[in-house]
Amino acid sequence: MKTCLVVDDSRVIRKVARRILEELGFEVAEAADGMEAMAWCRTAMPEAILLDWNMPLMDGLEFLRQLRKEPDGDQPIVVFCTVENDLEHIALALESGADEYIMKPFDGDILSVKLMEAGVLA
Amino acid sequence: MKSEDLETVRMVVHARSGVAVDISKEYAIESRLAPLARRDSFADVGELVQAIRARRDEGLMWSVTEALIQGETCFFRDREPFALFRDDMLPALAARADRPVRVWSAACSTGQEPYSLAMIVDEVAPRFPGLKVELFASDLSERRLEKAQSGLYTQFEVQRGLPIRLLVRHFEKVEEVWRLSQSLRQMVRFRRINLLADLRALGQYDVIFCRNVISSLDPALRGRVLEQMAQALAPGGWLVLGQDERPMGLTEALESISGWDGAFGRNPAFRAAA
Repeated sequence: MKTCLVVDDSRVIRKVARRILEELGFEVAEAADGMEAMAWCRTAMPEAILLDWNMPLMDGLEFLRQLRKEPDGDQPIVVFCTVENDLEHIALALESGADEYIMKPFDGDILSVKLMEAGVLA
Repeated sequence: MKSEDLETVRMVVHARSGVAVDISKEYAIESRLAPLARRDSFADVGELVQAIRARRDEGLMWSVTEALIQGETCFFRDREPFALFRDDMLPALAARADRPVRVWSAACSTGQEPYSLAMIVDEVAPRFPGLKVELFASDLSERRLEKAQSGLYTQFEVQRGLPIRLLVRHFEKVEEVWRLSQSLRQMVRFRRINLLADLRALGQYDVIFCRNVISSLDPALRGRVLEQMAQALAPGGWLVLGQDERPMGLTEALESISGWDGAFGRNPAFRAAA
C-alpha cells in the first residue's frame, strides 16, 4: 500500500484529505507543519506528499526545498495544495520540485486526477 | 411538474437535438429550467411550459433545449483518448501528411475538448516540423460556444483534468478566472452544428472526437448520426467515441481498430444508402 503524507496546519483539511486518500487506497500519515513533515520523511519516505504552503515553523516551500536535498528526497511525488492561486506561486512551486499543484478549495475528483497526473495513481 | 408539462419538454428537446430527456428526473428538469423561467419573468416553470404550448416561440424552445442537454466536460476527459491522439494518431498522420490534417471536435460543449487537442498539437509540433493541423469544433448550443470562444474558465474548471504545467504554459489569470492564450484560442475554429442535420457539406476529417453524445440520443437516432460521422471521415480517418460508447449494433458503417480502444474507422464493406 502506498503512503501519502498530508502536511497542513488545519486539522479539518487533514481530515478531509485523509478521507479522500483512504478511499483512493492510500495509507495516510499527517503532519501539521514542515518540521513535523521532515521528521516523518527522515524516518520513512512516503510515496506521495500533499503539501500546504502557509504553515507555522516551516512552510511548504521551505520544506520542499529541503526535502529534495535529502537522501531519497527526490522520490516522493509532491502535490501542493494551497489557497495561493497565482501563476507566480505555481511557477515557484514547480521550480522548487513540486510535481503537481492544487488550488483550494478542492474535492475528491480534483485530488484523484492530480495524483494521476503526477503518476502516483494509476 | 405536471406530467403534461414534462411531456412537452421532452418533445421540444427531442425535436431540436434528438436528446432523450429522462422525464422521471423531474426535480433535475425543474431546477435546470427555473433560472430560464425567472429570466423571462414567468411565475414558475409550469407557466414557462404553458407559454411554449401557446406561442411555440422558437427562441424559448431552443433555450429549454440548451438548458436540458448534457454539457458536462473537462480537459483531457478520460485521458486515454488524448494519449491515443498524441502518441498514435498524430505521428501516423504526420507521416502521410501531404495536406493539413483536419480534426473535428463534435459537440464540444464549453471547449475543453478542442482546446485539449490544441494543447497536444502545440506540444508535438516541434517533433513534426511539416505538420499542419486544422482544428474545428462544433456544438448545438450557442451559449456554450460563446463560452468556449471566450477561453475563460473558472479555477474549478482548470483543475479538472488539466496538468498544472499546461495551466502555466497556456493560461493567464484575469482576476478570479483563467484565460487561455490567444494563440491557442486561434487554433480552433468554432461553429454551431446540429448533428441531426445533413452533414455532407462539412467536408471530411482525419480525426473526429464525438464523445458522450451518441449515448445521450434517442436510441432510434444513434445509428443515423454514427453513419453521418462515418461519412465525414476522410479515407483512413478515425472516429473517437466516449468511454462506453460502441457503434456495434447501431450501424455497420464503422469498425473497431485493434489495439485502439474507443477509436473506430470506416467499414469499407458498408455503403450508405444514398
